[in-house]
Amino acid sequence: MASIVAVIASTHHPFYYRASTSTGEDRPPFADEWVRKITAFRETLTRANPDVLVMVGSDHFHQLWLDNMPQFLVGKAPFYDANWYNEEREFGLPKMLLKGQEDLSAHILRSGLDAGFDLAFSNELRIDHSVTCPIITLRPEADLPIVPIYTNIFAPPLPQPSRFVQLGEAIRKIVEEWPSHLRVAIIGTGHLSLELGGPRQFGPQGPDPEFDRRAVEWIAGGDLDSCLREVSLESLHSPGNATHGFMDFMLMMGVAGAGAKADHVDTLDLFHTMEAYFTWYPNGAPA
Amino acid sequence: MSKYLLNKFLYTVDRDPTLVERYREEPREMVTWWESTLANSVLNCHGGEASTWLAFTDEEREALIGHDHCKLFELGAHPFLTLTLFIAMFERDNTEPLEYQKAYGARMAHFSMPYPDIAT
Repeated sequence: MASIVAVIASTHHPFYYRASTSTGEDRPPFADEWVRKITAFRETLTRANPDVLVMVGSDHFHQLWLDNMPQFLVGKAPFYDANWYNEEREFGLPKMLLKGQEDLSAHILRSGLDAGFDLAFSNELRIDHSVTCPIITLRPEADLPIVPIYTNIFAPPLPQPSRFVQLGEAIRKIVEEWPSHLRVAIIGTGHLSLELGGPRQFGPQGPDPEFDRRAVEWIAGGDLDSCLREVSLESLHSPGNATHGFMDFMLMMGVAGAGAKADHVDTLDLFHTMEAYFTWYPNGAPA
Repeated sequence: MSKYLLNKFLYTVDRDPTLVERYREEPREMVTWWESTLANSVLNCHGGEASTWLAFTDEEREALIGHDHCKLFELGAHPFLTLTLFIAMFERDNTEPLEYQKAYGARMAHFSMPYPDIAT
């Protein structure tokens, strides 16, 4: 059976690529510290020596639209083109091409459907920065085949937070049952408190530092009980109007497992948002 | 009220560089043209399959023509779509980093929780 060699949860900040590659007067003052933290985070994946990446993210109204909106969607394609014109325009993100791992896609779809998750699928998916940001930060060579999994954290009505956790738990089990010798890393990205297009956006910190502090504690300690007790679809409006992206962190807590303490925890307080980086090694830290 | 149609406008314009420029420069002409030609098109379908019932209210149309992102927020347009498109149109006029983004937030200071519902 396949082995899960790393579980990784992260924010996906679309400005990292530009900040980390800019020079001279264009380079923001926080860029060097940010690059140091990302380099250490990247090492946690490199050490695990994965063959395949399962990438959990959320389409930002790029390919998925309100006339046909899936709640959870699995890509099944031999290749995925990546990044969109408006991401190149606003964030300077490059066009990318990633290979797909169709056998694992098929396995996740079949087993997920049989486990009670009515997963949508796509055979031609242009992925966006929710998946390419962690490729850029964690595996900039972009050389490993992926299985993208999209969640709807964006267009209400949304699934309940508990459903994200359940899907994460199911993905963990399904990947562990994949009849393959390959080493799989499961990577998911979301947000802590975040405001987009509202009065609290682009402040000196994220819109709700207290929520961020508690959220990092929940994730780092695998404290699903507290997280599920305190987080609801209604409560997530309060820390910032785009904070429902936190449910992708909850999905990744489901993958890591209740009570699983993260092996790597790091944060970076930036303008507009707090960055947060977590890695778990389900089979123990690699040598 | 059609939050869906407001979002459809923002979505289809934001992904087309030509329409972004046209909306910045000639908003009244562009919004009028869009409503008469694209509002009812089912994406990925030929014109013969167009819908027959979608139209802006006067308030929605004027909010779009006026580039009034506060009114769009009040009407329940998806704030991510509005922000992304408006950054595309107006960030270029910045004299310092994030000037437009911060001013955009400051203009919305009169909104308090709970924000207008964006469910479609």
